[in-house]
Order: sequence, then structure tokens, then C-alpha cells
Amino acid sequence: MVFPGSNCDLDAYHAVIEAGEEASYVWHMEKSLEGFDAVILPGGFSYGDYLRCGAIARFSPIMASVREMAESGRPVLGICNGFQILTEAGLLPGVLLRNRDLKFICKNVFLRVESTASPFTKALESRSVLKIPVAHGDGNYFVDGETLWSLEENGQVIFRYCSADGEVAPQFNPNGSVSNIAGVSNARGNVLGMMPHPERVCEEITGGTDGLLLFKSMISFLKGGMAGELVNS
Amino acid sequence: MKATVYVTLKNGIADPQGLAVRNALDSMGFDGVKRVRIGKIIEIELEDGCLDETKVEEMCRSLLANTVMEDFTFEMSGEKR
Repeated sequence: MVFPGSNCDLDAYHAVIEAGEEASYVWHMEKSLEGFDAVILPGGFSYGDYLRCGAIARFSPIMASVREMAESGRPVLGICNGFQILTEAGLLPGVLLRNRDLKFICKNVFLRVESTASPFTKALESRSVLKIPVAHGDGNYFVDGETLWSLEENGQVIFRYCSADGEVAPQFNPNGSVSNIAGVSNARGNVLGMMPHPERVCEEITGGTDGLLLFKSMISFLKGGMAGELVNS
Repeated sequence: MKATVYVTLKNGIADPQGLAVRNALDSMGFDGVKRVRIGKIIEIELEDGCLDETKVEEMCRSLLANTVMEDFTFEMSGEKR
């Protein structure tokens, strides 16, 4: 997906290519996603973050098709601003508030894989640790206590901020997100929103390849691959 | 006709901007500032007779406020709702 103000669309495109699949850009004014198996809503500043991050993009004409894709069970990944758009659209629970310390944070963080129930983590090892960068000003994930309980109960928390060896504690939480949450899915598991940028770490030249695992997992899911098949590769 | 929409953070939602402003006021010597909360005012000019309160409320719910984290109120032509 490309919205006016998207700026991680090229990286997301190349991540899919790097993972061995075909990809195309779809402008937000399009109406159909026919022929696509999955959709990625990239990071950036759609509509200049006017009003609230993602608030206006969610009314783009293409969003009806994104909703259909989500409801059909196909993989939908929202990264950073894409995550904000999916929460604004009601396709994911919660909201992204201003970072606790008000600063725009741009650095590498560690994520622990909390659930392998989503297409994007299906082929990964549960509790494994990924090194992926964040770059956001509004990434402080919030849900009320009751919703948080149901997310935990349903296994919808997919990633949590942690230390290099996988310890989840407040000091490894960059932005104040409730319960160190870095990524959540819908109840069915096929829609994932995450603040960190896996598309930025898909080649060694950009500092790592941990992000590529998510895209490979998604492709493996679409091809009917086995759970955990990337663990030893 | 004019609608003035006030969007504020729900109680219980952290407002780090408000906290930073409170601390700034405090360091400037304004003692006694207990809490600062930052919200938005949105002014909408309407063509007469086209949109009623129900429609403005719909605008608030669907776009102007995110009711997961924000509350809203509005006034029509200066009349408090």
C-alpha cells in the first residue's frame, strides 16, 4: 500500500522480493486488491499525521479492500504508521499514543516472539529474540485493562520489547507501551500491527536480517508451510 | 452556522505533553499547577440548515475523535450541548 506520506513502501517492497516473492505497489486511491495474497501497510507519515496518526488514511478508498482481505483470513501487516492505520480502522484493538518521553525514538531494539499463531511468526521459534529497529514518535501502545486481559488470553500479543537475551522488563520498553507490547494481532491472528520495522533489516548491508524472517514466514504460511520451519534454517 | 468541537484525552490516559507543560510552568515559578491536559479545538463552518447535531456527533465519532482514548463535546452556533 502506498498512502500520500508513506516512506517505507520501497523497503517493504524490497523485503518481499528479498524473501523470494513478487510484490507490487498499490496506490491508496485504488479500489481493488484482486490477485493479491497479502497486503503490507508501510511506515511513514500518511497525510502528515494530521488530526491523529493514521486517522485520515483509514478512509482511503483502498481500505475497504484491506478490510475484506483481513476478514478473508489473508495476511495483513501494518508496520509503524501502518499499525496506526489498522488501529484507527478498528482492524486491531487499542491505540498508539505519544511516546512516554515525548522523543522520536530511532534505534535498534530487541523483540521476543510471544506467539507463533500469526502468519508472520508461524515459522519462527516461540520466545526467540529478534533485533529490529524502531523509528517513531507515537508508538506507545495502549489498551484498557479488560482488553489487555483478553489479548493476553487469546495469544494476540505477538512481540514484546525485551533485552538482548529475551528478558521482558520496564527498562527495555522504549516508549511506554502497556505490558511492553511491540506487536499485536487480531483475534484470528492474520492481521498483525507492529511498531518496529522488520523491512529495514532484511539484508546484511542494512545491519541485519532478522526482519526477513517475518516475510519468509508469511510466504511459508501462504504456501502451506510447516510451523517452525525457519527455526533451524 | 458553526460547530466547535472539543477533543480531550480520557481520564486515565497518560498525557506526556501535558506533563511536560506542567513541569515547564512549575520551573517558571508558577506554583500550584496540579495537572495540565492538552486537547484540541476543531472549528467547523457549516452551511446553514445542512447538518444537524446528530451529523456533527457522527463526524466526531467517526473521524474527529478516537473514542478509545479521547472524549468529545461540541457546541453549535455557540450553544453548549
